[in-house]
Amino acid sequence: MIHSLFMINSAGDIFMEKHWKSVISRSVCDYFFEEQQKANSPEDVNPVISTPHHYLIHIYRENIYFVAVCTTEVPPLFVIEFLHRVVDTFTDYFGDGGETAIKDNYVIVYELLEEMLDNGFPLATESNILKELIKPPNILRTVVNTVTGSSNLSDTLPTGQLSNVPWRRAGVKYTNNEAYFDVIEEIDAIIDKQGSTVFADIQGVIDCCVKLSGMPDLTLSFMNPRILDDVSFHPCVRFKRWESERVLSFVPPDGNFRLISYHVGSQNMVAIPVYVKPNISFREGGGRFDVTVGPKQTMGKLVESVVITCAMPKVVLNMNLTPTQGTYTFDPVAKVLTWDVGKINPQKLPNLRGNISLQSGSPPPESNPAISVQFKIQQMAVSGLKVNRLDMYGESSPKKSFTFEKYKPFKGVKYLTKAGNFQVRT
Amino acid sequence: MSNGGGSYNAQNDSRAGSTGEPDIGTEPTGGFFSADYKKHDDLKQMLDSNKDNLKLEAMKRIVGMVAKGKDASDLFAAVVKNVVSKNIEVKKLVYVYLVRYAEEQQDLALLSIATFQRALKDPNQLIRASALRVLSSIRVPVIVPIMMLALKDSVVDMSPYVRKTAAHAIPKLYSLDPEQKDQLIQVIEKLLADKTTLVVGSAVMAFEELCPDRIDLIHKNYRKLCNLLVDVEEWGQVVIINMLTRYARTQFLDPNQQDAVADDDKNFYGDEDEKDSEEEEDDDEKEKTPPKKPYMMDPDHRLLLRNTKPLLQSRNAAVVMAVAQLYHHIAPKSEVGLVAKALVRLLRSHREIQHVVLSNVATLTTIRKGMFEPYLKSFFVRPSDPIHVRTLKLEILTNLATETSISTILREFQTYVTSSDKDFVAATIQAIGRCASSISEVTETCLNGLVGLLSNRNEYVVAESVVVIKKLLQMQPDSHSEIIQHMAKLADSITVPMARASILWMVGEYSDRVPKIAPDLLRKMAKNFINEEDIVKLQILNLAAKLCITNPKQTKLLCQYVLNLAKYDQNYDIRDRARFIRQLVSPAGEKGALGKHAKKIFLASKPAPVLDSSFKDRDQWQLGSLSHMINQRASGYSPLPDYPETAPDPTVRNVEVNPWEQVPMPWAEKTHKKKAGKPKKEAFYSDEEEESESESDSEESSSSSSESGSESESDDDSKSESGSDKEKKSDEEPESSSSSSSESESSSESESESESESEPDTKPQKKTPPPKTKSSAKPKKEAKQEVSLLDLDVIDMSSTSAPVPAPASALDVLSPSLASDLQGLSINDKKDTAISVTTPMFVSTTSHELLHRMTGEGLAANYRFTRGTCIYSTSMVPVEVTFTNHTDSPVCNIRIGDKKLQAGMTLQEFPEIPSLPGGGSMSVSIGIDFKDTIQPANFQICTQDRKYNVSIKPPVGELFQAVTMSEADFTAQQSKLTGMNENSGKVSIPSQHNNSKTITARMSELANVAPVSSSQDGLYRFAGKTVSGGTLLLVTVKVGEDNSANITVNCELMAICSMLVKEVKQKLSQA
Repeated sequence: MIHSLFMINSAGDIFMEKHWKSVISRSVCDYFFEEQQKANSPEDVNPVISTPHHYLIHIYRENIYFVAVCTTEVPPLFVIEFLHRVVDTFTDYFGDGGETAIKDNYVIVYELLEEMLDNGFPLATESNILKELIKPPNILRTVVNTVTGSSNLSDTLPTGQLSNVPWRRAGVKYTNNEAYFDVIEEIDAIIDKQGSTVFADIQGVIDCCVKLSGMPDLTLSFMNPRILDDVSFHPCVRFKRWESERVLSFVPPDGNFRLISYHVGSQNMVAIPVYVKPNISFREGGGRFDVTVGPKQTMGKLVESVVITCAMPKVVLNMNLTPTQGTYTFDPVAKVLTWDVGKINPQKLPNLRGNISLQSGSPPPESNPAISVQFKIQQMAVSGLKVNRLDMYGESSPKKSFTFEKYKPFKGVKYLTKAGNFQVRT
Repeated sequence: MSNGGGSYNAQNDSRAGSTGEPDIGTEPTGGFFSADYKKHDDLKQMLDSNKDNLKLEAMKRIVGMVAKGKDASDLFAAVVKNVVSKNIEVKKLVYVYLVRYAEEQQDLALLSIATFQRALKDPNQLIRASALRVLSSIRVPVIVPIMMLALKDSVVDMSPYVRKTAAHAIPKLYSLDPEQKDQLIQVIEKLLADKTTLVVGSAVMAFEELCPDRIDLIHKNYRKLCNLLVDVEEWGQVVIINMLTRYARTQFLDPNQQDAVADDDKNFYGDEDEKDSEEEEDDDEKEKTPPKKPYMMDPDHRLLLRNTKPLLQSRNAAVVMAVAQLYHHIAPKSEVGLVAKALVRLLRSHREIQHVVLSNVATLTTIRKGMFEPYLKSFFVRPSDPIHVRTLKLEILTNLATETSISTILREFQTYVTSSDKDFVAATIQAIGRCASSISEVTETCLNGLVGLLSNRNEYVVAESVVVIKKLLQMQPDSHSEIIQHMAKLADSITVPMARASILWMVGEYSDRVPKIAPDLLRKMAKNFINEEDIVKLQILNLAAKLCITNPKQTKLLCQYVLNLAKYDQNYDIRDRARFIRQLVSPAGEKGALGKHAKKIFLASKPAPVLDSSFKDRDQWQLGSLSHMINQRASGYSPLPDYPETAPDPTVRNVEVNPWEQVPMPWAEKTHKKKAGKPKKEAFYSDEEEESESESDSEESSSSSSESGSESESDDDSKSESGSDKEKKSDEEPESSSSSSSESESSSESESESESESEPDTKPQKKTPPPKTKSSAKPKKEAKQEVSLLDLDVIDMSSTSAPVPAPASALDVLSPSLASDLQGLSINDKKDTAISVTTPMFVSTTSHELLHRMTGEGLAANYRFTRGTCIYSTSMVPVEVTFTNHTDSPVCNIRIGDKKLQAGMTLQEFPEIPSLPGGGSMSVSIGIDFKDTIQPANFQICTQDRKYNVSIKPPVGELFQAVTMSEADFTAQQSKLTGMNENSGKVSIPSQHNNSKTITARMSELANVAPVSSSQDGLYRFAGKTVSGGTLLLVTVKVGEDNSANITVNCELMAICSMLVKEVKQKLSQA
């Protein structure tokens, strides 16, 4: 399936390679570089490249191209999904999956790659399992290892690998047992010039941080599960239970994980929490820029961390603006205007206005740039989704147990609404 | 960061690695980049030292070199020695190195083989597995025989993890030596039969790599694979689904061959819940009668579709895509639509995933337009999308355009046209053109829109519009002379060659509509001929020729002029064209033969171009495949076969040999649960199997028990009993290893929960007719067994119930899950072997004291074993507890408090008694799962203000349930339980009691067992099984002549065996 993997940084250096079958010369990456030359931006490179003898499938993350080389027919998504899983694992282990982290931890990276793939076919990809096989680095362990000469590798097979709950490691113990659930919803929207909604959509996820001892069995129920139109689950969720009762019943993995991601039915009207009044005009040699942001349907909540970005046309030379609130920067190389607004005060609407100067001699751009908006609203799920309750059945005693675990976990649910892909056309 | 972390970058910073590591850094390494030979000398020295941390450091650097793609092969000899290192991390890194370089240094690599061979016998499964992994990854042809041996050992390894590794080794071995194919296929066959979810994914992967055409290997495993699918790890799911798609194409009929029927199908299966039940009925019928017209879907086909559907909810995009392609390729038309939602969901994912999904959606939209129409807006382009995603979205929007949605789409396109990305604008305009050509209602609107774009300031936009308008006009040129005029005027201003060429072609083609303008245009062009691009020059020539034919008066000279200019052009194409045209329009001498036909040649009506989706031809590839992505055949791609004309024999998938081994039955999970009670050492192995089967079936079976009443439940038990027998046999084979309880408990948590919730409801519904349609051959016998099981009510336990014959119409009243039971039944008709739970022969009325009234301050509690089926769970021993209040005042809130149970035990409490009046008494029943031990269950009885510690210790005889079985079965089972599992003793029976009646009565008093008919005098047999684990217990009492009796007890639980022998001896010798 996956024959080899090359990691290429933004400078075009192949800084790591790994072969699961016989060695493929790195010159195969020349085909990739050729494609890369053609693309305007790193994202524009076609993820699947066909060469005379190999197929290159790559992802671009953390400013690194992870190029997998395949020689035979394989579902491209299989490879792409796997590569993303690799990067996720790196991020999980080292805090970020960037080039420095990979280089600093190349031994662990190599051990991980060895464990994740055998002969090109995925072997262990579950983070909980990998962490038992190969301990993530931390300062304490480094010190201990240096002193005692012990290693990061475990010499027994993690039980999870064989158990029916492959995502959870066994023998978890915490002194403080806690389970936090973050219901995070993102609004994707396209707003047209007149301020009416072209397209709006709510996508949500529930991210959990579960630190519970033993084998807890959790049940999460919603007040209004019907609004969830389409869902995808972490493998731990019992699908049949959801089908029949619309509750999430699961034995959680240990630590942080994404329980479900969902999509809210499009028949529900999406409340757009902010509006943007843009007024951008270009004329020969310059232009006016005037943007006002205001709260719309916020259900009484404060709109925070508002950031407005606008990729100006290439002919814009500079911008000279005055914000009534927050700070703005204009990157004259990338031509991106960023206005960090902060909180929106409904009494005094933030506004940014000023002049645009264009390159002399070039004609004014005929179209206005789109504005993308970021914001956050705490303690509100815009879809109205509400967690009803969380029940826990401890699994310390064996099956058919109705006993609660001895401990009483601390439970918490947080709601957050933020802008996903929120764009205003001007 | 681990030690030595810095050395990776050491190249640029010579001592980066050493500074943090005084231990290692002080070594005279001189950095890792001094002269090559020296550097390696260093490393060799370190590898030769006897300090582990030095070796480790050296290995880390070497791995760093490997990772960077630097040559480290000259270190091979030094490294390979360390393969015996005790330090696991050094060992791992040596493995990494070995795998990389063994191919180049074959002779030296052989040195390491002995180590691996030893490791293959290691008791630690992880070490066995990694040894096999490395051994198979060393690509040294000499060791093929060794690998083959190792592989054959490993496929029957106890540990599923090792078996999985073995599956991975198969393709490796095959690529090393294709000659071994036949042997390897045998190995694959063995692995395919594995029931462990961990293994099957990899086994199918090996199958796909080696022998994807050996469909016959799949038949027997087909149903198992379908049922296990949900629990296989995600990567395995992808491979299995892809394989099953191909399988379905060869084995089932085209579900869409009769559309009308397919539509019916839809209504029929419209509702999910109904679906299961109804189609499983079909299942049954069709199992017997081969599919006939009209088309009926093969039940196995349906099974596949049903079991893959939940996977659309997977978080793994590859799995979702795999299911989507499965539905696209093998589902009835009406059902394919449900994958749309999941595919649209994937669009929120990473950009690369979007790209792949969109290109598949693009293909789907060319074939199944309606499917994605509701999600139209999800394909709207965002400025942040990368260009390839945008293009695909445009493609999809265009494909989706219909009369109703076109206005939305066009409005959207209008905004795209103003984008600053010119390529994208051009693509948009082409998309508009395609919409216009495919939807005749909007052609006019689009055309006007495009004409509007002609006045755009951006030249590319204008040029692209011109090209598209040209195409559109060609389709309906009649009514658009003003557009042609307009465009002719544009020729003055527009500079993009393609657009100019288009204008010229159009004016030439429709010169009759613009008779005045055309010659003028030619004049202008002729003036500037030499400065034009080649493509424009060619069109000028064409224009000249056409005008010369239609309007020679005005243009003859102009035409000559142009031709002369072209004659000396630098481009030979243009010179050729000029020569050719000259011959046609103005032959030098006599009118040539060609000249007569010049008009026909130049002014023939040209077919309008068809603007088709570029994805139209992609549907020849299997969706989701690499070949589809790149639109060319990838190596190793095998096209999906066409459906067969007539369905191949569906019975090949029936598994007769040993149904319990191969096909997870609805009750299989119970079997495993029962097994779980057995003593266990190697905890992990079998619960994988358990889980897989139980989870996939748990819903069915648990609901079956709730819906169909207690009957089916106890019926399950009987089945599971015989199932577990079969299991025992297999236990002797190393691959299906002994089972465990501690793990299995957690494994079954899903069922345990749902069951225990649903089972209490089963109590009231007693008399659902036995749904045994399959067994019509022996209805009576069955009915008898089943009916007697119904009695949950402990009081009339001993009353015999009359057999209820199975109603003929049973089929009509089947509950959904029962039907699924039937499906399983059909596979095994050998009812004779069934061992079924029966009513106890004797129910003791004596009760034991639980709480003395003195201790309980007036509250007394007694318990007795009712020997029925526990209403809470079949693995629990029912206990009736009677509370008596000896005081005058009521006692309130009697309930069970803290439980101190042995690991594994479970106690089901009774509902709290709100108040027990003074002098009153009340009975409640509790269930205790003793896990087949006589460990006491300790718990507290609480009243509103007090707590009392009490304990129930079961007599060994109460851990059983009586079962009936035939004599033949009895002896068969007994023969399997010999050796350690047999315990015997001798006793003399008082002569007055030496008769069958007393012996039977005493035995039943002692233990909850049932007599088995015996053909021999003086030989008494009793059978039972443990409540929790379902382990079979066989008691034989052989009475000799002198009143002495031989007692033999056979049971897998040795402790129980010996205890029981002791007790039987005591009981029988009583005077």
